[in-house]
Amino acid sequence: MGRAILSRVPADIPCPRHEDNTLANATETEPTRRDFLYIATGAAAAMGAGLAAWPFLDQMNPSSAVLAMASIEVDIAAIQPGQQVVFKWRGHPLFVRRRTPKEIAAARAVAPSDLPDGLARNANLTDSAPASDANRVIKPEWLVVVGVCTHLGCTPTVSTPQSPQGSYGGWLCHCHGSEYDTAGRIRKGPAPQNLAVPPYAFTGPTKLKIG
Amino acid sequence: MAHSSYVPKTKLGRWFDQRLPIVRLVSDSFVTYPTPRNLNFWYVFGAILTLMLVVQIVTGIVLAMHYVPSADAAFGSVEQRIMREVNYGWLIRYIHANGASMFFLAVYVHMFRGLYYGSYKAPREILWILGVFIYLLMTATAFFGYVLPWGQMSFWGATVITSLFSAIDQIIPNLGTAITHWLWGDFAVGDATLNRFFSLHYLLPFVIAGVVGLHIWALHVPGNNNPLGIDVKGPQDTVPFYPFYTVKDGFFMVLFVIFYLAFVFYAPNFFGNPDNYIQANPLVTPTDIVPEWYLLPFYAMLRAIPSKLIGVLVLVGALLTLLFVPWLDTSKVRSCRFRPLMKQLFWLFAADCILLGYVGSQTADAAWHLGGIDFPLVWLARFGTLYYFGFFWVLMPWIGKREVTRPLPESIAQAVLAKGKH
Amino acid sequence: MKPALVLALAAMSVAASAEDLTQPQAPQVQSWSFDGPLGHYDRGALQRGFQVYKEVCSACHSLNMVAYHDLAAPGGPGFSEAQAKVLAAEAHIPAEPNDKGDVFDERGNRIMRSGILADHFPPPFVNEQAARAANGGALPPDLSLIIKARQGGPDYVYSILTGFNQHPPHGFAVQEGKYYNPFFPGRNISMPPPLKPNLVSFSDGTPATVSNEAKAVVTFLAWASEPQLEARHRIGMQVLSFLVLLAGLLFLSYRKIWHGKPEDPGLVHDLPGTGTEKAPVGDPDSLSGG
Repeated sequence: MGRAILSRVPADIPCPRHEDNTLANATETEPTRRDFLYIATGAAAAMGAGLAAWPFLDQMNPSSAVLAMASIEVDIAAIQPGQQVVFKWRGHPLFVRRRTPKEIAAARAVAPSDLPDGLARNANLTDSAPASDANRVIKPEWLVVVGVCTHLGCTPTVSTPQSPQGSYGGWLCHCHGSEYDTAGRIRKGPAPQNLAVPPYAFTGPTKLKIG
Repeated sequence: MAHSSYVPKTKLGRWFDQRLPIVRLVSDSFVTYPTPRNLNFWYVFGAILTLMLVVQIVTGIVLAMHYVPSADAAFGSVEQRIMREVNYGWLIRYIHANGASMFFLAVYVHMFRGLYYGSYKAPREILWILGVFIYLLMTATAFFGYVLPWGQMSFWGATVITSLFSAIDQIIPNLGTAITHWLWGDFAVGDATLNRFFSLHYLLPFVIAGVVGLHIWALHVPGNNNPLGIDVKGPQDTVPFYPFYTVKDGFFMVLFVIFYLAFVFYAPNFFGNPDNYIQANPLVTPTDIVPEWYLLPFYAMLRAIPSKLIGVLVLVGALLTLLFVPWLDTSKVRSCRFRPLMKQLFWLFAADCILLGYVGSQTADAAWHLGGIDFPLVWLARFGTLYYFGFFWVLMPWIGKREVTRPLPESIAQAVLAKGKH
Repeated sequence: MKPALVLALAAMSVAASAEDLTQPQAPQVQSWSFDGPLGHYDRGALQRGFQVYKEVCSACHSLNMVAYHDLAAPGGPGFSEAQAKVLAAEAHIPAEPNDKGDVFDERGNRIMRSGILADHFPPPFVNEQAARAANGGALPPDLSLIIKARQGGPDYVYSILTGFNQHPPHGFAVQEGKYYNPFFPGRNISMPPPLKPNLVSFSDGTPATVSNEAKAVVTFLAWASEPQLEARHRIGMQVLSFLVLLAGLLFLSYRKIWHGKPEDPGLVHDLPGTGTEKAPVGDPDSLSGG
């Protein structure tokens, strides 16, 4: 038991004392006398631990397989005016809609200041760009938006002449009634923001690269 | 346990100490804890083992974020997803796989050190027994873990070892087969087996951690043994754990980590078997089924016995023998430094384990061809198994009483002073 | 190294008697650019090897775990992303179902699309049974991990590829439909000799001898088995150098704490009994332990 450790010290080992015969204090408590060597060693160990932590944190980031699918190329040649095609991009539906001249005119007819969400929400422009129709597209005929309702994430249904959805000719989200116009901007309902426009570019007259 | 010298320095510290004295516990156990001043390099392996347990748990949890425990997807989730796609996945996998080997290397050094210095003798018997439990849990954990990549060796190693339970059929008909099917969840090793092995592989390390806590507690009650094997007589025989052993252990642990990471970065498949880079195929048996190196001595013992049942009993017996060591050794002297005969038998035992390991790595019908005579290695294994059991059950009890031991020093401090070192 | 030890002992046991024809010959040891702690992949060899794989081996052997974007990744063959995209586009990948849910066209053929960077190398056969049927019952193994999956690694694969020119020794029976290769276990291999001189034409002017073709494709396959080798070596050097430095600092701290001189400002005073102590550790007058 530990008591054995505290058994009486044999008499032949002297009680250590300083020159002035005071008992020496057993522990050193002043940090200012800590040696540079110990600080350097401690700092190196801490730095090593920090650097070693990085791989364990980075492994949770999207893997190379996920990143390889972060960018897709689609062919939109077969899409007719007034038609929408849905692609899958980064796990979400992506709407590519070929707009008729009437739909473009309807989108241009309203000023951004009259909209519930006045910002363009276009990843290809700055954050503060207003939600004019020109700021929602690259080529007016082609509208590309992420098909995720900005309210709680449902997929909105596209409005067609045969089957109109909502009063603005764009999309209606059946979950809670959000209505989007022909530029994908929110007009009515609980959704706070316009449908997001992803980063994309035309790599040819009928080819898009998204992401 | 020594009287606690922890004095909280802040009001918050005092408030906390009155409610949950955990800072006191840490201070008493790892800061002011009086440790014999003569502990040598071989005593760092306890700390190394704690480090390795933490490393394996952390890397294991991270790997489990990407691993898929299904027979169809397991191999791909390791070799494609983790090794190629996940950021630093290859590094974490190699750290975990090589970590298992390092864990066992350290535990064998730790166990052999305990045998050499008599650390299992009174009053540390329970400490030793807890250690044996930890070793058995480690063996089970490693066995389950090796199955998870679902390579050829994973599958066939699992098949061979779990099939051992069917040897019980020779005692109670049909019971062994029933147990084996129960373990498999199927009529052969398969998806059901893999899933449950994953669950158990995740669970057992935390059981190990709990037993390690008991192990360290059981150590701190009597205090550490030391290379002289003599009791601590007073404060002049000890130094506070911090900073003396934190810095000494820290230094040796970094050396160990350098050795470990040299394998991870420059020879990551040294301890492995190429057959495990082939996806498991229940229809094709590899030419040689071998477990990982740390299980080879027991594998050799198993194969040394022609009868399946006796072979299993010998294997189990070899492991359970370790539990009895504190009572098998009858010597009053702890440390082999003062036991010249036991010291030689100990080194023979160590050589025996290495010999058994070597035989375990060869094929069952391997033989040495010495000048025209064929010497099957299985006879080496039989001889080695005999010495293994003889060392514990015959030599330890017999030598203890008859050995002429060398005179012990008066105290640790005196021995240290006599050497003129610390 | 364990394999070397095993091989040396095998050689020892063989040396006493005539060559044991039931055992394969030990692989011929080569020197590879990726050998050793400073190993790296020779870019030229990787690109030539990719060409050999594409033009020769891919007819029978899949490479399931390699994706086209890996060809542009650091530590690999070093194609640009644009080049890798072109290589991907040459591949035919089974297309996803069209809007009508079809995967087969009117003639019953599988509808295909051209590959993108994210695609993996498509297998030559649709499943194992089709592969066996096309290869006399033998299954050409996937090559993604072949270098790590065989004892002897790159030396073994190189020896197999270049070992077909040896004649079977007198009395050795070559099985029907197989070929003699002394490095293959059993010495009867189902694969016909895959490489011939000038089978491919290397654009960098390297002579297309069987040895060069084999060296190139083995280097490429070594990369396919271990794409992270160069990063592993580089990070290893950084980590181990740091640890050596840390070990040095810890050693100096250890010496100072255990053997420091009395006037050194330190955390704890020296040990009792050494004659240099300022104060004892474990002052017997105090009640504290240690």
